[in-house]
Amino acid sequence: MIEFHLDGRSGVSPYLQLIQQVRQALRLGLLIQGDQLPTVKDVVGRLAINPNTVLKAYRELEYEGLVGARPGVGTFVTRTLADESLAAHGELRTELERWLGKARRAGLEEESIEALILTTFRATMKETI
Amino acid sequence: MMWLTWRQFRTQAIAAATGLVLMAIVLAVSGVRLSDQFNASGIIGCQAHGSCEQLASNFLSTLKGSGYQVVFLIAVGLIYAVPGLIGLFWGAPLITREIEAGTFRLAWTQSVTRTRWLTIKVGVIGLAAMATAGLLSLMAGWWANPVYAASAKAGPRSTAVNRLEPALFGVSGIAPIGYAAFGFALGLTFGVLIRRTLPAMAATLAVFAGIQVAWPQLIRPHLLTPLRSIVPLDIANITGLMMNPGGDHMVVTASVNKPGAWILTNQSIDAAGHPFTGPATQACLNGGIQACNASVGRLHLRQLVTFQPASRFWTFQWYETAIFLALALALTWYCFWRVSRRRLT
Amino acid sequence: MTVVLESRALSKRYGRRRGLTDCTLSVPAGRVAGLVGPNGAGKTTLLHLAVGLLEPTSGTIDVLGARPAASPEQLARIGFVAQDTPTYAGLTVADHLKLGARMNPGWDVGLARSRIGAIGLDPRQRAGKLSGGQRAQLALTLAIAKRPEFLLLDEPVSSLDPLARREFLQGLMEAVAEQGLSVLISSHLVADLERVCDYLIVLIDSRVQLSGDVDDLLASHRLLTGPLCDMAALPPRWQVVSASHTDRQSTLLIRTADPVHDPAWTVEQISMEDLVLAYMSKAANTPARDRTLEVQR
Repeated sequence: MIEFHLDGRSGVSPYLQLIQQVRQALRLGLLIQGDQLPTVKDVVGRLAINPNTVLKAYRELEYEGLVGARPGVGTFVTRTLADESLAAHGELRTELERWLGKARRAGLEEESIEALILTTFRATMKETI
Repeated sequence: MMWLTWRQFRTQAIAAATGLVLMAIVLAVSGVRLSDQFNASGIIGCQAHGSCEQLASNFLSTLKGSGYQVVFLIAVGLIYAVPGLIGLFWGAPLITREIEAGTFRLAWTQSVTRTRWLTIKVGVIGLAAMATAGLLSLMAGWWANPVYAASAKAGPRSTAVNRLEPALFGVSGIAPIGYAAFGFALGLTFGVLIRRTLPAMAATLAVFAGIQVAWPQLIRPHLLTPLRSIVPLDIANITGLMMNPGGDHMVVTASVNKPGAWILTNQSIDAAGHPFTGPATQACLNGGIQACNASVGRLHLRQLVTFQPASRFWTFQWYETAIFLALALALTWYCFWRVSRRRLT
Repeated sequence: MTVVLESRALSKRYGRRRGLTDCTLSVPAGRVAGLVGPNGAGKTTLLHLAVGLLEPTSGTIDVLGARPAASPEQLARIGFVAQDTPTYAGLTVADHLKLGARMNPGWDVGLARSRIGAIGLDPRQRAGKLSGGQRAQLALTLAIAKRPEFLLLDEPVSSLDPLARREFLQGLMEAVAEQGLSVLISSHLVADLERVCDYLIVLIDSRVQLSGDVDDLLASHRLLTGPLCDMAALPPRWQVVSASHTDRQSTLLIRTADPVHDPAWTVEQISMEDLVLAYMSKAANTPARDRTLEVQR
């Protein structure tokens, strides 16, 4: 069972954060097929957010085909993302480490590297959405 | 709602019950002995008027200054105090406490309408108030029976006790029930008007006390048309004689033999029916009391008395209780109107 | 879609003082509605009118389709937690639960007991000896265990420390999730409500300035930054909530249904808190008004 957390200052709406955290957990293999997601009551009891927010997030995940709701029982993972992308993880990680080495040799500070990554990431992700 | 009413009223109810029980014990113990003493005094079976009067008078004299008088005064004081205390401590805080503590916002948002809330509270506490006063009066009345019986037989010069007179009327019979209801309703009303406990209590006390003082003087004497009676002035009953130095002005006061009656006015009048104002007799100016009294006797004065006879005691009791109950009802209706119309906060 | 609270031109005056002026609202069911505004804006007045503790001076208000406190049945369908969570200081926790049980036909004994147990209250303790957070939880339990359809709360967390505040809101949200409650909760701290509310009512100086679904409101408001502009030249369909200018730059908060195509403007979303603040300062800047604003993060 995973636990959600919310970053109130990230500028990302709570329901999107929940979705992202589920996808992240799926990718990392923390959630596998058949696992139950925390009940709406448990989530709001911990995070003190509106239940509709959680319902919205779970509905969208269901729409994407990642989870399925069993009435009276709960919401369960129907598909994982792990197998698809986990294999690519290793190669991508090595590439990333090589790039980081390059950036450091070019003289960039940690904060500059982080800023460069984030802005490029955001700009690129916006294009693909 | 009954449970909540009881739970919030618990302390006051226990205090009242404790007081009643204590009073009951004191009155029972004392009353039994008083009753025995009365039975032994021979007043019950006596026939001859003169000796009856003497026996009764003697009996009453032994009571004066004794422990029985203490018990009597305590009982009278308590019955006087109880309706006012009920108004102060049961009536006024009923609503003001909820408003001051803000708990009305809890009490009036349960599944009970305010009208029902008030009905149960007023009903339970109002009935408790009337019961407390009624029981006290009942117990004290039982205790004092020998005293009243003796007073009925004793003459005008004895230390007779008179239930019809203002001093004791309000603590006898059923009148305390009416007062208790009225005191409670008055406290409740001031609570609704003023909405703060201490000022409401102060107002209740002031108005209630004022009414208790003014009522017997201004209103009760006129509830039934007083009787008039003219009796010859018996010099044996002369209680006072006032003269001015010049001797041209004299007023004679004398008691009349009307056991148990409430004397409203008592004037010495002359043969023509005018109030006797003098002049003072020679004997009264110069001589001793005996001669003075004798000289007054020769004036053949009479007493003009307006009074309420003893036989009207219960009539007055019913009237008084009915009036105060009606006032209590009117005040309570007003409080209901105010509370249900939400013009409180 | 049913409406839990409906008011039309609702006004309440206390003598010469205005409590509420001309409020027209329609709060849908199934929402957690937040009522925000500065102190003295009229939030408590509105809530008291909604639960029948006050009568309107003019206008109407209907809660769950009926006049507030019109009958025991209507009272049973609402729950109310008043400001400073009043409880009977001399009564114990258990007494309060008994009060709830005896005065509410719909009382859920099991729910009450489990909540008290979860909060960790000693049933024998007098309510006057409880901490502020515990009293608030007791008051919330009383309101929730009567199984209402519509729960109204008047600044229940304003005087609580952050932990007590969080625990209160957790408990409240759990109850909403479990029972499908509609909620109307007032606060002068917007941050509290941002997490829990999906409907917003902004009340300033006895008037409703803004009301609607949070999603709709956030979607229809836009924060624009761009070069110094001429206010008169703006598109007429733009409702300007606030505007500030430097010698080079203009920053506008507008409300509009249309997308902004002009490339001169940088368009940003606004957070709920900033939205409320903008409306509050708009009201504050209206001349001849004197009020206290409480803005806290």
